[in-house]
Amino acid sequence: MTKKTTAAAAAGKPAGNGLPSWLAYIARKKYLYIMLIPCVVYFFIFNYIPMYGVLIAFKDFNFKLGILGSPWIGFENFEYMFGLSDFYEVLRNSIVLSVLRMIFTFPFPIILALLMNDIAIPKYQKTVQTIIYLPHFVSWVVIGGILVNFLSPTNGAVNNIIKSMGGEPIFFLGDPKYFRTLVVLTSIWKDSGWGTIIYLAAITSIPAELYEASTMDGANKLQNLWYVTLPSIKSTVVIMFILQMGRIMSNGFEQVYILQNTRNLSVSDVFETYTYRVGMVGGRYSFATTVGLFTSVVSIIFLLASNKLANALGEEGIW
Amino acid sequence: MNLKKMSGFDIGYKVFVYVFCTLFALICLYPMICVLSYSVTPYMEYLEHPLRLIPSHFDFSAYQKLLGFDLVYSGYRNTIFITVVGVLLNIFLMCISAYPLSKKDLKGRNFVLGMITVTMFFNGGMIPNFYLVRTIGLYDTIWSLIIPGVLGAYNLILMKNFMTQIPDSLEESAVIDGANEFVVLFRIIIPLSKPAIATFIIFHAVAQWNGYFNAILYTVKRSLWPLMLVLREMVVEDGMNMVNQGQISDSSLTTIFTMKMAIIIIAVLPIICIYPFLQQYFTKGLMVGSVKG
Repeated sequence: MTKKTTAAAAAGKPAGNGLPSWLAYIARKKYLYIMLIPCVVYFFIFNYIPMYGVLIAFKDFNFKLGILGSPWIGFENFEYMFGLSDFYEVLRNSIVLSVLRMIFTFPFPIILALLMNDIAIPKYQKTVQTIIYLPHFVSWVVIGGILVNFLSPTNGAVNNIIKSMGGEPIFFLGDPKYFRTLVVLTSIWKDSGWGTIIYLAAITSIPAELYEASTMDGANKLQNLWYVTLPSIKSTVVIMFILQMGRIMSNGFEQVYILQNTRNLSVSDVFETYTYRVGMVGGRYSFATTVGLFTSVVSIIFLLASNKLANALGEEGIW
Repeated sequence: MNLKKMSGFDIGYKVFVYVFCTLFALICLYPMICVLSYSVTPYMEYLEHPLRLIPSHFDFSAYQKLLGFDLVYSGYRNTIFITVVGVLLNIFLMCISAYPLSKKDLKGRNFVLGMITVTMFFNGGMIPNFYLVRTIGLYDTIWSLIIPGVLGAYNLILMKNFMTQIPDSLEESAVIDGANEFVVLFRIIIPLSKPAIATFIIFHAVAQWNGYFNAILYTVKRSLWPLMLVLREMVVEDGMNMVNQGQISDSSLTTIFTMKMAIIIIAVLPIICIYPFLQQYFTKGLMVGSVKG
């Protein structure tokens, strides 16, 4: 620090009041720097200290000893993790759910936005928008509560209808074969409408002359869609897809945990819920941190790789 | 509409657009309407006609019974507190952080921006965060539901981008008058940033109101539970727990279903009520980040 100070002082011209120029610069901009202090302190404490906390994965962590005091165990936890059959089940569940989301949940808002853009009555379009954004504001707890009660095999509305038609009641939330469908459908229900905002903005920024020109050339609706609209929103779609790839290991704790129960655990246990159960409920802090670190690293690799791929294909990507 | 000039295909497409969008909107609305209706339908009538949305007579007894639950009161109080205080802190911190970061020539700005951006892609994970919250004494306090996550990298960068778009010329006159940056921020920049601020108020308020992950992780005392944890226990977990604890004096178990519906309505009502008023802002505000800054 002292070395840097003297170097800066030597290099910079002394300012009018005798201060070295860099100090004078800070003094002149002092209010801006004061404003930045809470932000820097916040990110340091709540983001960088936990990053340092991943050392727990390499230690036999004990709350009393703290991170520094706990003994090193190296990669023991990783070896243990890769030898565990539970781990592979959780890995499979997480990735299967993410891939299902990419196939079914991801394109839905794009299609919805394209269709909504063709609603010619502005009032009607606005009403549809207002309604389909609404589920985004509903908590997963509420959605879980609705499902548990509406799908209940004893007196849920859905099963009452099935029974009244002479069918056997189905335990949707208890049967593992319905879990993934429920996750995908509830994701579509909750966030597709909200997801249209970004695509609708991209679509409305397309200059009208493009459509006029192509219609003049005899293009029908579908051709306009294919040759004008889709190419214009491609970069938005690519960016959203790259971000989605970065979330390949995460399925969101709140949604999965609310739909999870002991009966469907074999398909519903994903990294978030597994880390929670092993670490917070089971108290195996080191091992849970190891699993968490593994998912973070894999996510970053997926994010970087898909961004690289996008760049290679001539797209802008996220940077 | 000029139907004559349209081909058969175009007409078919138009019909499909309207049918699909209308159907999806109805699906979005339907479950909530059912919940509202069931919460005021006598339980026996619901069992006989589960599809009937307008009951033969309105029965508000489920709401009355909910008033007898202490946990509903404390949950509501906690949720309102963490939402209001969380949003105030969030917006204040976002404004004072985004403004200096929007100054492109400020030395050290890129370093701080880099430091913030990294946190979008890498975080310590559940256990290190939990350990931090315990170490700094937030564990099992109401502040553990406010402070962690009060400032998020993504929204902060969107806010910075929004402020970058405000022309410098608007500040210059104030600077010439000798106003310092705090005055410029509060007198000029913040009033001009209203659409963005309104958007972030909604984002954070919804997250605070609806989230339950932090509460599961960081609180033990039931008196600290936000509404969503109370809701989870009463509605998603077995509602029978309440009966076993003797909190329901009424011996007819059948009313539990109606009560569950009623508490869902109580929990979503505030968000649904303020939503239409704020909607005009967030459709525009969400776009603030689409221009790279």
